[in-house]
Amino acid sequence: MSFKRPEPVQVVKQRRDAALHSLVHGVPYVEFLGIEFERHGDELTAVLPFADKLIGNPMLPAIHGGVTAAFLETSAIIELGWSILWDEIEDGRIDPESLIPGQNALFPKTIGFTVDYLRSGLPRDAYARARVTRSGRRYASVHVEAWQDNRDRLFAQATGHFLMPMRDE
Amino acid sequence: MKSLSPEKKAEIARRFTEAIPHCSALGMSLDEIGEGEALISMPYDTRFIGDPRTGVIHGGAVSALMDTCCGAAVMSHPDAPAITATIDLRIDYMRPATPGQAIRARATCYRVTKSVAFVRAVAMDDDDDRPVATATGTFTADHSPSRRSSEALS
Repeated sequence: MSFKRPEPVQVVKQRRDAALHSLVHGVPYVEFLGIEFERHGDELTAVLPFADKLIGNPMLPAIHGGVTAAFLETSAIIELGWSILWDEIEDGRIDPESLIPGQNALFPKTIGFTVDYLRSGLPRDAYARARVTRSGRRYASVHVEAWQDNRDRLFAQATGHFLMPMRDE
Repeated sequence: MKSLSPEKKAEIARRFTEAIPHCSALGMSLDEIGEGEALISMPYDTRFIGDPRTGVIHGGAVSALMDTCCGAAVMSHPDAPAITATIDLRIDYMRPATPGQAIRARATCYRVTKSVAFVRAVAMDDDDDRPVATATGTFTADHSPSRRSSEALS
């Protein structure tokens, strides 16, 4: 048995970051809201930096419920797209350099999305992590949790059902 | 709260909705409001595109429109307090909105209990017969003067 040397860490990181970049960038609305993604291995954390234009209740002030919904939906879609892309990137079926931001055909379509508002969104950065609870050939379900200062005190959670992208095989 | 006239309620709800920074950021305009019903439109804007290959508006922008419209409908309802917060909101997407067309949402607050307001909404583009999305939501309706409904969620 010949031993295969592990790839250099830079090569692995560059490949994964290029794949994530192609998913996250190039979508105007995601850039309008200012959503970014942090990656640790295959784990993604969505970050929504606070901005005045995100305010829904100027008296509190609090983040707009629609912004919260959009943030959670974006987290869910990127997580699902990322989970589809991950295997194909890792086993070399797709060259991440060939992926063009905003032209990604791997985006699932939202069928339904339900958001629970647990606390008001404070005027500060928000974070979200999504988990694909079911991923089939045609349909997928994703659960998302969002928090601000304290990971255990969620300010919103959501469940979404998605139509998987059709592959040309 | 029932002492306020329907016109006064509609006026307060209108002022509140039009003062929301995120709604101005999305270019929303409140077209009709009163008696638990609201109609809000959002013009097509390339900054809100979700799929650059087709130019279709992002579902999140539709969510923001739906949430705002549902909240406005609650605030204008004769039996609801003047301020409310979303408890939950479910949105079903029937089809992508046609690129280049404004999206209009109509929300109806059909029931208000002692603590909860129930709302449904529909979003359309220029084709009224085929909805883009529908929504169902519950909102706070906290009548106690000691607690503002917004605080109930903090």
